Amino acid sequence: MAKSAFRVPPLSQYTEVPAIMPGAMAQSAPFVSKAEFQEPLGFPGELVDDWQARAIAKMGELLGKYRSLRVYLDACVKCGACTDKCHYFLGTSDPRNMPVGRQDLLRKVYRRYFTWSGRLFPRLVGAEDLTREMLDDWYSYFHQCSQCRRCSVFCPLGIDTAEISMAAREILDSIGLGQKYCNEIIGKVYKVGNNLGLPGPALRHTLEGLEEDVYDDTGVRVRYPIDQEGAEILLVTPSADFFAEPHVDGLIGYGKVLHESGISWTLSSHASEAANFGMFIGSYDNMRQIALRIREAAIQLKVKRIVFGECGHAWRVAYSFLNTLAGPWDFLDPRYPVPQHICEFTYDLIQQGRLTFDKSLNDDKVLTYHDSCNVARASRMGDMPGGQFEIPRAIIRATCNHFHEMDEDTIRDRTFCCGGGGGLLTDDLIELRVKGAKPRMDALNNVMQEKGVTHMVAICAICKSQFTKVLPYYGMEMEQILSLHQLVSNAIVLTPGPDDEADEDDDDDQPDDDPDQE
Amino acid sequence: MAFLTTVYAFLFYFAAFVLVAGLVFRIARYALTPAPLKIPTTPAPTTRGGVVLRMTREVVLFESLFRGNKWTWIFGWIFHFGLFIVTLRHLRYFIEPVWFPIQLVQPFGIYGGLAMIIGLAGLWARRFLVDRVRYISAPSDHLILALLILIGVSGLLVKFVFHTDVVAIKTFFLGLYAFEIRPLPADPLLLLHLLLVAMLMILFPYSKLLHAPGLFFSPSRNQADNPREQRHLAPWAKRLEQGRG
Ligand code: SF4
Ligand code: SF4
Repeated sequence: MAKSAFRVPPLSQYTEVPAIMPGAMAQSAPFVSKAEFQEPLGFPGELVDDWQARAIAKMGELLGKYRSLRVYLDACVKCGACTDKCHYFLGTSDPRNMPVGRQDLLRKVYRRYFTWSGRLFPRLVGAEDLTREMLDDWYSYFHQCSQCRRCSVFCPLGIDTAEISMAAREILDSIGLGQKYCNEIIGKVYKVGNNLGLPGPALRHTLEGLEEDVYDDTGVRVRYPIDQEGAEILLVTPSADFFAEPHVDGLIGYGKVLHESGISWTLSSHASEAANFGMFIGSYDNMRQIALRIREAAIQLKVKRIVFGECGHAWRVAYSFLNTLAGPWDFLDPRYPVPQHICEFTYDLIQQGRLTFDKSLNDDKVLTYHDSCNVARASRMGDMPGGQFEIPRAIIRATCNHFHEMDEDTIRDRTFCCGGGGGLLTDDLIELRVKGAKPRMDALNNVMQEKGVTHMVAICAICKSQFTKVLPYYGMEMEQILSLHQLVSNAIVLTPGPDDEADEDDDDDQPDDDPDQE
Repeated sequence: MAFLTTVYAFLFYFAAFVLVAGLVFRIARYALTPAPLKIPTTPAPTTRGGVVLRMTREVVLFESLFRGNKWTWIFGWIFHFGLFIVTLRHLRYFIEPVWFPIQLVQPFGIYGGLAMIIGLAGLWARRFLVDRVRYISAPSDHLILALLILIGVSGLLVKFVFHTDVVAIKTFFLGLYAFEIRPLPADPLLLLHLLLVAMLMILFPYSKLLHAPGLFFSPSRNQADNPREQRHLAPWAKRLEQGRG
């Protein structure tokens, strides 16, 4: 088990609802952004002198721009249905990590400055002034929300705390109190094109390396093209896919599927990032600017379709917002949705019987599947509501023989966030991340004990990084987390091209498996 | 008594004005505030018709709350259903002739009143017994429950213990339509009941009772899941587009 300066919660068979411990996580706060990371995003470099007045003014502005914020701040009836739904509350016991407890930090100030009852009877309705203490609480607790929307599933009014957190972070940024992790990353996207700051030459080098590895492995030349003008498909994927395990195995898998499809495709160095951290900080402007890079790349490379790699929040922005932010997409092929998820793409090929798998190549693993929060509750795949649950599972079943679900209270639209989403995937929040992962770790541990599960599959770059980091805290192995397209990559039977060696002894054998059951 | 009758007449004019004007103002503001992004909590219906169904399930059955917490759901649903029946029953004081469906409801009104009080008591108990709910309760959350319970209890007492002249009450309210002040029975319990109801009407647009109209404007519930098929653009976001390539 990894060493840590805090107590890792013990695993339990079912995640119990803890008794509240006020202030248990009051010390948790991410590093504050410096001027050099604030200014490129259009925010003041440091906390401005008249921050109180400006924060209230900003709140007023947002209330006029977002119906969600206005309705959600008014409508909560304090019924408590959300109080035991947040993984951060379940892992930390801090009542301000109950979704309504978190919302109330903003709501108290809203009531004080924007409602009659709060102006006249603050004590009665729980309204409070925006003091420095309150501001610090905002900074702390609105950076303890991964914007996973689990609370919104169970709220009778549909109140989505993610919307409140985004608004709060937007207010904080507007007065110069930004979060370093998110804002520094957005700056890198503007400067270099992706979150990791990998420049074009580095990407090309990596991709060439992948081509060699795949050729050595399989004897088939699978291409990983970048900036290829005139390709049919633009693939936009989280930059973690370019180098980190287990992400890169997913990228290898996309390439193999695209190879088998016979459709030309390309990555883009200009839009070499699927994730859009503009959403995390609630900034429509920044989110839009990042999204427009994809439009620019699509125009420049003259592609006909856009496909997104495995990434949760990225898929939310792509599926739900891309048309709004960077559409209309009338210059692309109207026969395909814009954008498509790589899982939709792979699934369609499986349905058409165009992919051949040797499932036994995944027989060394017993799998379970983690629904990523933003895919599950903020997007869709395919034509039917719930396709975001069925399509990835169909791909797993097509490529593996051993699959078990986790407890049904922790999957599909009730899935728990990995604990690192929403702009919290930074080492300065490690305690929060470890504790917030507890509900997922409990459920995983359960199927490991009862069903002999060895690996958990995810389709989100944040989930993969987060689990890689926190699994060891719970006595598990970091290698237990896999990309979905890694399974595809393992099991797919590649068709050799004309210049490939004809008679390879491995992987080219005809499969003994029916390719398109499902 | 004439003085009290006059006070109550003006009280109800005032309360009705605050209720209607306040709600119109609030609802207009909800409706006019744009929802710039598609944020339905998925899986969500992909069509308007599907959204209407989802909303109906939320309004009638409290579907999300059912998934969220069974105790709160059962008490909350009993209370709201009771309130609904009681409201229907009371319509007979405000319309002449009394519509047939409202006549049918009359015998059930009493059970509605009891259900209301049981539901409210359960919800209030949770505010004391569950530490998480206690933590999030402000004084106003307790007071609104007290107000509703008092309305229910005083109403039931008027019905069962201290009978009052219901015909006179109806005459009083129908008179208000014609701006005529007709005498109200001077029973203290009835006056208390009416006072509390007027308070509730006045509080409605300025309190969490706004959740009733709010639900219909909640984007996570009332949006169709079709962002790839239809471009969704708020007016203020459209302005950003000018001059874009
Ligand atoms: S479930 Fe919704 S209404 Fe109930 S306390 Fe939570 S946010 Fe408020
Ligand atoms: S959105 Fe997720 S992390 Fe945020 S309060 Fe709701 S359940 Fe917790």
